Amino acid sequence: MIEIKNIYKSFEGRDVLKDISAVFEKGKTNLIIGQSGSGKTVLLKSVVGLFDIDKGEILFDGRDTLIMDFQEQKLLRQEIGMVFQNGALFDSLTVEENVRFPMDMFTTMTMKEKVMRLNFCLDRVNIKESNHLYPSEISGGMRKRVAIARAIALNPKYLFCDEPNSGLDPVTSILIDALIKEITSEFDITTIINTHDMNSVMEIGDNILFISEGQKCWEGNSSQIFNTRNKKLNAFVFASPFSKKFREIKQMEDDE
Amino acid sequence: MNIFYHIGQYFLLMVRVFKKPEKNSIYIRQLILEIEKLGINSIGIVAVISVFMGGIITLQLTYNMVNPLMPSYIIGLGNRDTLILEFSSTVLSLMLAGKVGSNIASELGSMRITEQIDSMEIMGVNSASYLILPKIIAVVFISPFLFIISVFCGLVGGLITGPLSGVVTIATYLTGITTLFVPFYVSFSIIKTLVFGFLIASVPAYMGYFVQGGALEVGRASTKAVVNTSILILFFDLVLTQLLFK
Repeated sequence: MIEIKNIYKSFEGRDVLKDISAVFEKGKTNLIIGQSGSGKTVLLKSVVGLFDIDKGEILFDGRDTLIMDFQEQKLLRQEIGMVFQNGALFDSLTVEENVRFPMDMFTTMTMKEKVMRLNFCLDRVNIKESNHLYPSEISGGMRKRVAIARAIALNPKYLFCDEPNSGLDPVTSILIDALIKEITSEFDITTIINTHDMNSVMEIGDNILFISEGQKCWEGNSSQIFNTRNKKLNAFVFASPFSKKFREIKQMEDDE
Repeated sequence: MNIFYHIGQYFLLMVRVFKKPEKNSIYIRQLILEIEKLGINSIGIVAVISVFMGGIITLQLTYNMVNPLMPSYIIGLGNRDTLILEFSSTVLSLMLAGKVGSNIASELGSMRITEQIDSMEIMGVNSASYLILPKIIAVVFISPFLFIISVFCGLVGGLITGPLSGVVTIATYLTGITTLFVPFYVSFSIIKTLVFGFLIASVPAYMGYFVQGGALEVGRASTKAVVNTSILILFFDLVLTQLLFK
C-alpha cells in the first residue's frame, strides 16, 4: 500500500500540486486521471522519487521515503517497477538485454536463472521471437509490453505506469490495460496508473483519483464515476458526445 | 552568476559519477564498449588528419624557414616538435571535442528527454556513474594512444611531403626528427592529453545529462558542449604550459 499525505510541489514559484492525499491499495489498479497539465505526471514522479516534494509525506507500506537515507532509498527503488509513457527502453540494448538489465545490475542470479526469468517475463507480456531486436525495430505496443516485462523483472511490490496507452490504437490499449490488471492481481502489487484514457478508467479503475489544477477533486471507482455530481469530473469524463451517450444508456439501464 | 551555478552543478555531478559502482563487471563491460566506440573508432580520423597536418607543417616549414644559414634538417625537427607540443595534443583534442564530445552530449541528451535516465534512476541505478564514468575512463585511457598514433602519422605525412618538395631528402628529414629530441616534451604532452581527455568526456556529459526539453535542446546542448570543451581545452593548454614549462 502507498499512502500520500498532504503533498505540495511547486516549480519556480508555481504551485503544481496542492495538498494531495490519497491511499493506493495493494492488489488494486489505482488510477490518477486528469486533464493534460493537471499535475498527474508530477504527482506520479513525486511519489516514485524523481521529484522532491516541498511538503507532505509519502509512505510505502508505512516506510516514509522522505526520512530514508540513500541506501534505504536505493533498496526501495529495487522494489519499484515503472512503465514510462514511451517505454523508455534503452536504445543501445536489445529487448532481451533491456529486460535482463535490472537482473544484471542488482541480483546474483546465474545466467541460467536470468534466462528463465527473462523468458517468463517476456512470455507473460506475450513477446515472442523478438529477443534480439532493438527498441527502434519494434512497434509502439511491443515497446510498452517490453517495458512492462522489464518493470516486473525483479518481482516489484509497486508498479507505476505513466500513460501506458498513449499513442496506441484502441485494441492494443485494451490489451495493455488487461495485462496491467492481470499482473497487478496475479503478483498482488500496488499499481498506480496515470491516464486520461477513458476506456482504462471504465475497464480497470479499481480506485480512481481525479486531480484538476493540482488539487484532488474526486476519488472513487469506475462504477461511481457515472453517478457523480462533481462538475469538473463530469466535464472531463463526459467531454465527448460518445461518452455522453454512453452515460445516458448506462443510466437508463440502471433505472430499469 | 550562471557560470557559478554550472560549475557547482558540474562538480556535484562528478561526485555522483565517481561513487562506487553498483557492479564492477557491468562497468567493465561498458568501459570496453566505450573504448571501442569513442577511442578505437576515432583512430581512422586521427590518422588521416595527422598525416595531412604533418605534411602541411612540413611544407610550411620548407617554404618559410629554409635559408642558406639554416640546416635543412630543421624541417624534420620543427615538424616533430610542433606535432608533439601542440598539434597531436591540443589540436587533436579540439578535433576530438567535436567528434567525441558531440556524440556524448547528444547520446545523454537523447536518453534524458526519452526518460531513459529517469528509468535507470527509478531502478536504483546511479545513472550518472553508469553512463558517464565508463566514458571518462575510456577517453582518458585512449587519449595518450591517439596522441602517439597522431605523432607517428604526422611524421609519416612529413616524410611524404618533405622529400617531394625537393628541399629536404629522406635522410635529412629523418636526421631532423631524431635530432635534439627532448623526452620531456612527450611527457608534457601526455599529461595534457590526459587532462584534455577528461574534459572531452566530462563537459559534454554534463551538458547532455541535464538537457531539458526536446530534440532542439539536445542539438543546442551538443553545440554548447563542443564550444565549451574547446574553450576549456585552450584554457588548460595555457595553464599547463605555464605550469609545466616554468
